[in-house]
Amino acid sequence: MTTDITAEDIWEFLEDVKDPEVPVLTVVDLGVVREVNHIENDHWQIIITPTYSGCPAMQVIEEDIKKRLEEEGLQIDVKLVLHPAWTTDWISEKGRVKLEEYGIAPPQDEADKSVLFGEKTIVPCPKCKSKNTKLVSQFGSTACKAHYQCLDCQEPFDYFKCLK
Amino acid sequence: MTKEKALFEYLIRRADDSLILGHRLSEWCGHGPILEEDIALTNLALDLIGQATEWFQYAAEVEGEDRDEDDLAFMRIEREYKNVLLVEQTNGDFGKTIVRQFLFDHFQNLLFEKLLESEDEQIAAIAAKSIKEVRYHLKHSSEWVIRLGDGTEESHKRVQESLTDLSRFTEELFFQDEVDQILNKEGIICDTADFKDQYYKNIQAVIDEATLQLPEKQWQLDGGRKGVHSEHLGFLLTELQYMQRTYPNMKW
Ligand SMILES: [Zn+2]
Repeated sequence: MTTDITAEDIWEFLEDVKDPEVPVLTVVDLGVVREVNHIENDHWQIIITPTYSGCPAMQVIEEDIKKRLEEEGLQIDVKLVLHPAWTTDWISEKGRVKLEEYGIAPPQDEADKSVLFGEKTIVPCPKCKSKNTKLVSQFGSTACKAHYQCLDCQEPFDYFKCLK
Repeated sequence: MTKEKALFEYLIRRADDSLILGHRLSEWCGHGPILEEDIALTNLALDLIGQATEWFQYAAEVEGEDRDEDDLAFMRIEREYKNVLLVEQTNGDFGKTIVRQFLFDHFQNLLFEKLLESEDEQIAAIAAKSIKEVRYHLKHSSEWVIRLGDGTEESHKRVQESLTDLSRFTEELFFQDEVDQILNKEGIICDTADFKDQYYKNIQAVIDEATLQLPEKQWQLDGGRKGVHSEHLGFLLTELQYMQRTYPNMKW
């Protein structure tokens, strides 16, 4: 079977594949899909990159991508590459808005990580938008999140921490 | 020794440091002193085991035999593990775990910074990926060293004891042999002597702020890179390998 599916269609289909740990984001929003390459006929290659080295979601993401595209009758190879390393800059604008609506503060621009004790990052509360928040722990419910609390509305929230 | 053999050995050393320390940290799961730290330590474990997977995958590729990352992680005997002695030391109290982490994080940070410039693309890529995580680890362990050292009389005393104890293992971090010489000549790795002074400077700054003392002269132990370990590793491997030894090739 030969179809006239284009790379744009593939990107479109990938918008249906959610990040299993942050299900408001698609794998495209998250920036883990790096390339969509046509091999021949209905055979395509999808290149993805992990967020964190030990991210347990990557295997699920790989399987979900395959499953979604195979529904379109395509033959899919998913390839995982480490280089260039994923950064939170690759999260789409649409993704950032969705994160905030979901109650997760999107990554903020942070001071240089190579400085051991740099300035503290201000992370606005996703509920009441107050900037009066405090870091509870650098390590949150998943590898990609830190744990914050709003000192005005008291809401505890996740912060999608900056990785550059 | 051929370049391929040296490269395999080097990758195994990197992988084993991360695997063994990651496993040690995973022992804290459900035992952390507070919930946030329980989560933090297991997050660190996850990062380290993720790094180990990347090093093992590359090692398996370089070796070109019928072994994958799981075989390398689970199916070797004790003498074939090449991690430094520091990472296999027992968790002790929370303070000891933090000091062990602190001494290791500062090393890994400087090492990976150098490996970013490796002529070997895959090594550079793994270093680039990992260093972003290591910077978070480093901040976490350094802040805790200060908090505990400059904390109560009890926390100061305990963390000082751990620092004195674990400072026996810092020189081994810079251990080099034929493996390193071969790869260094090819521009694949750097000489660890290039960042040793920086390492001691970096840890000293934190130790000072924590009002702790690094022993001036300390008996130094090594052997890990040659597969000669402390008694602790055997017990750790018994647990780490249990499932694969009992049900070979099981998956879940
Ligand atoms: Zn709020």
